[in-house]
Amino acid sequence: MGLEHQLPEVLTTRLESAVGWARKHSLFQYPFATACCGMEYMATASSRYDIARFGAEIPRFSPRQADLLWVVGTVNHKLAPFLRRIYEQMAEPKWVMAFGVCASTGGFYDNYATVQGIDKIIPVDCYIPGCPPRPEQVIDGLLALQSKIQAEPWMKYAYEEKAKRRAEMERSGNPLFTPIDGQET
Amino acid sequence: MSKKLIDFVAKHFADEVLDSHSRLGNDTVVLKRDRLPEIVERLRDDESTAMNMLRAITSVDYLNRIPRFEVVYVLYSISKKHMLTLRVVVEEEDCTAPSIHHLYGAAGWMEREVWDMYGVEFDGHPDLRRVLLYEEFEGHPLRKDYAKQASQPRLDLLVRERDSVEEFNVFYKSKPSEGSRDS
Amino acid sequence: MAEDIYQPLDQDIHTEPMILQMGPSHPATHGTVRFTLTLDGEKVIKCDTEVGYLHRGFEKECENSTWTQVFPYTDRLNYVSPLLNNFGYALAVERLLEIEVPERCNWIRTIMGEISRLSDHLTCVGAGGLELGAMTAFLYALEGRELVWDLIEEVTGARLTVSYGRIGGVKDDLTEDFADRWAYTRGRLQEIHANTHKLLTRNRIFLDRMQGTGVLTPEMGISYGYTGPVLRSTGVDYDVRKDHPYFMYGEVDFDVPVGDTGDNYDRYLVRMEEITQSIRIIDQCLERMEPGPVNSDDPRVVLPEKEKVYNSIEGMINHFKIIFEGIQVPPGEVYSYTEAGNGELGFYIVSNGTGKPWKIHVRSPSLIMMGGLHHLIEGGLLADIIPTFDTINMIGGECDK
Repeated sequence: MGLEHQLPEVLTTRLESAVGWARKHSLFQYPFATACCGMEYMATASSRYDIARFGAEIPRFSPRQADLLWVVGTVNHKLAPFLRRIYEQMAEPKWVMAFGVCASTGGFYDNYATVQGIDKIIPVDCYIPGCPPRPEQVIDGLLALQSKIQAEPWMKYAYEEKAKRRAEMERSGNPLFTPIDGQET
Repeated sequence: MSKKLIDFVAKHFADEVLDSHSRLGNDTVVLKRDRLPEIVERLRDDESTAMNMLRAITSVDYLNRIPRFEVVYVLYSISKKHMLTLRVVVEEEDCTAPSIHHLYGAAGWMEREVWDMYGVEFDGHPDLRRVLLYEEFEGHPLRKDYAKQASQPRLDLLVRERDSVEEFNVFYKSKPSEGSRDS
Repeated sequence: MAEDIYQPLDQDIHTEPMILQMGPSHPATHGTVRFTLTLDGEKVIKCDTEVGYLHRGFEKECENSTWTQVFPYTDRLNYVSPLLNNFGYALAVERLLEIEVPERCNWIRTIMGEISRLSDHLTCVGAGGLELGAMTAFLYALEGRELVWDLIEEVTGARLTVSYGRIGGVKDDLTEDFADRWAYTRGRLQEIHANTHKLLTRNRIFLDRMQGTGVLTPEMGISYGYTGPVLRSTGVDYDVRKDHPYFMYGEVDFDVPVGDTGDNYDRYLVRMEEITQSIRIIDQCLERMEPGPVNSDDPRVVLPEKEKVYNSIEGMINHFKIIFEGIQVPPGEVYSYTEAGNGELGFYIVSNGTGKPWKIHVRSPSLIMMGGLHHLIEGGLLADIIPTFDTINMIGGECDK
């Protein structure tokens, strides 16, 4: 928020955790639903499982208003440029969830058409396995992401780190984006 | 199912019929390719057949057989409730078949799909583009000699994508062979 | 200047056509499809549909799998009603093998297929309500779908991608308390059905958005290969279950609802009525089915009992052969068709006599319906695309294969 260096040390740490807490409980999601997993996403979001209980209530269908991108289902080579573009349009801080095994690794579609995991295109924060995952599993994945958000160093601006890292990757010509791992402490 | 439809085709277009059978309840006629639209039109418009619906067009690649390809048309009549399968043989060197898009609305997309997947061209089709794959794709994936995992990541942007941000552009140009395990 | 405002507005205002891209990730199109629209004001002049954003190489994958391994791929065609695809594919292969399945298996397939159809129609109606702003109807429909999925999970072990069909039978018999559970689900479903009627059918906003939009004529529907509820809404009573009965549809009594105008509202009503008819079919099946085997006894297709596998060399070899080499299907080709949630689902299968299919072509109703969709959209308003696209009920996995 740009105020932290004017504040005393102790207060800053408390502030950091407060910001993490606020962020993790107000996730505005963009469901990039393509395939079968979309059905389970619908089930998770609606009456019985009700993902709103975990602070991820409102889907925003504009990437500019969202901070959590759910990639729900298979992404193929025809769709890949659009996914990349949607990711680029989202404002920092942003997180990406690979929902289901197709988004995580390509699943059992190992052929000419499918991208073998969206981490070939964009960085991913959390992977949910399952074909498709049950709603309970989705909620578990969401909780895992929330604890990650809570622990993210706000002082150091995690997204700057991410951007730096991505630039490094592109410079080195390494085609694989490795997801940001837990260097939170 | 009686062999009424096979007899109908055999009676009116005797020269065109290469083979016919009604195995497993599917009446099938194997035809030469050139007069296909005429035969289909006759089947559609004749009172006794009234094949007013085109169920499917597909192709089969018999890799080591000559002729290599076969284009399959499945016709159906909603009023008479009968079905006829027409199979047309297509050579590999002259990989074309006549289009029947003017007879059935559905044929346009089905022919595009066959072209996309097998590379059989349809003469007279007004808009023979890829339908399931993208324009930059080379080759036809359902041919038996196309390797299953030979992916072609969409590197160059489409013409109508040029308004995208520069970073996006650079990203795609700088990363040549993404997204496939075997590349 | 001020007077200009009050000048009569009925003069022809010259406007330039505008190109608008809709999709491939649009919130109101549940599925990835892209429309390139040419607009004159809010009126759509030209619509160019592009599909294929979920092309996953279904046919190529099938050609590299054994006949039994194809089942999981068929689950993911129309992923809202996977059981119908399973059984459609199983029926096609059985026709090629020329085997009969036991009577109980046919009853089970009829019941489970109709349960799956309930899930399909509930999703379509609910999502249609959501996209027109009726969140409550969506939540009711989704609750109905959860109840249906509970039943499916009880029998098959999975909620969505079930792989319950087998060549020559089904994976397992129904559970013992299936009839009781169905009685409970049935009551709840009828409640939900009635509530949905109350919420939507005479709702002014819903009527204004649905009536008279996306009109399909019977001639165009037939020419463009439309099938299923969309064709029936135009008044053509083509239903594979009635016209060419398979499984046990010839034995049970049900009606085929037809509409008369072919607009979005009729498609909605046809789907709502089909929910009632599906419930009716399941009731009759449960009443009439008898205990018995659920798998064919043909040693070519069905795995031998575990006792034989462990105790005799023949059983062992039979088991080994079926697992490793796959079921051997005699050479030939067949076009087999069933009524899936969205229309006629056809499989054109070619076998060369080995354990793997030489070719499997799916006649997917969605892809064919997308081919004629521009006729329903052109001439209408931009906002009418939403209800039209919803009642067409394009399912990405089935459309793009």
